[in-house]
Amino acid sequence: MPRIVVDVMLKPEILDPQGKAIVGALPRLGFTAFSAVRQGKRFELTVDGEVTEEILAQAREAAATMLSNPVIEDVVNVEVVAD
Amino acid sequence: MSETPLIGGATLAPIDSRLAGARIGVVTFPGTLDDRDAARAVRASGATAVELWHGDSSLGDVDAVIIPGGFSYGDYLRAGAISRFAPLMSSIVDAANSAAKLPVLGICNGFQILTEAHLLPGSMIKNDHLKFLCRDQVLRVENNTTAWTNAYAPGTEITIPLKNQDGQYIADEKTLDALEAENLVVFRYVGLNPNGSRRDIAGISNAAGNVVGLMPHPEHAVEAGYGPSHTGTDGLGFFTSVLNTLLGDK
Repeated sequence: MPRIVVDVMLKPEILDPQGKAIVGALPRLGFTAFSAVRQGKRFELTVDGEVTEEILAQAREAAATMLSNPVIEDVVNVEVVAD
Repeated sequence: MSETPLIGGATLAPIDSRLAGARIGVVTFPGTLDDRDAARAVRASGATAVELWHGDSSLGDVDAVIIPGGFSYGDYLRAGAISRFAPLMSSIVDAANSAAKLPVLGICNGFQILTEAHLLPGSMIKNDHLKFLCRDQVLRVENNTTAWTNAYAPGTEITIPLKNQDGQYIADEKTLDALEAENLVVFRYVGLNPNGSRRDIAGISNAAGNVVGLMPHPEHAVEAGYGPSHTGTDGLGFFTSVLNTLLGDK
């Protein structure tokens, strides 16, 4: 089944508490190279059959209206992945 | 809504006989927690609480709607994000934006739902200190011309409970400036800003003043013995305000 992947990230200026917690914990495990972590969301929308332009447009619309909140989040990627 | 007896013979607010016919809808989503408290607050103000279910599309004959606190749909995706798409929310959005200007109050999770539904601008994110916080909170009533605040004098400071994790109100600077310029900041935190909200904003309204959202919980401060410091009833004014509005007194 082809899937459409939608990646959503908090806008850069919005505090990401999960990312902040992770960057604080990394050095404790010996990972000292990373100065910041931002955690995003990945949605996988499975399509029965071919991904048409119309279906891709629906995915973009869903990404913009439901999967993300444009006040605090950006849709950074919408792409088709095949198995 | 089935009656929950008022505990310990609690004294109700003085009831204006004209208020008895007012029907205030209280919405329940899966995961709503404070619907019973909101219904009690409605009854304490003298009106009738009407149970509304998120999956229905009809608002029936209610005169106003309260979207109470809790964790609707578990707050999966984002706080309030899935609730926005409930059938009842479409009806609430239409009624709030209609010429009739249905009064709508969103408390805590209800406020988050109102922003996700674009009835109010901005959004709510995690508290800046990253912790769940529960405390008695002092607020200043900045705007007493809304459907839900006209019983308060402007500048009144009230103490009501606050309990949330995603309580930090944010919007871009342009939106915040517009809220200030149009006097749509209805409540501000006094003293401690409990969550890092921009410009100490605790609650806002739409331009028409019929839609109000805030993070703290007025419905938990309407009965002597159960509110802040065990005596506070500062929240009752929300519920008497909307009755003033419905009676056309304000």
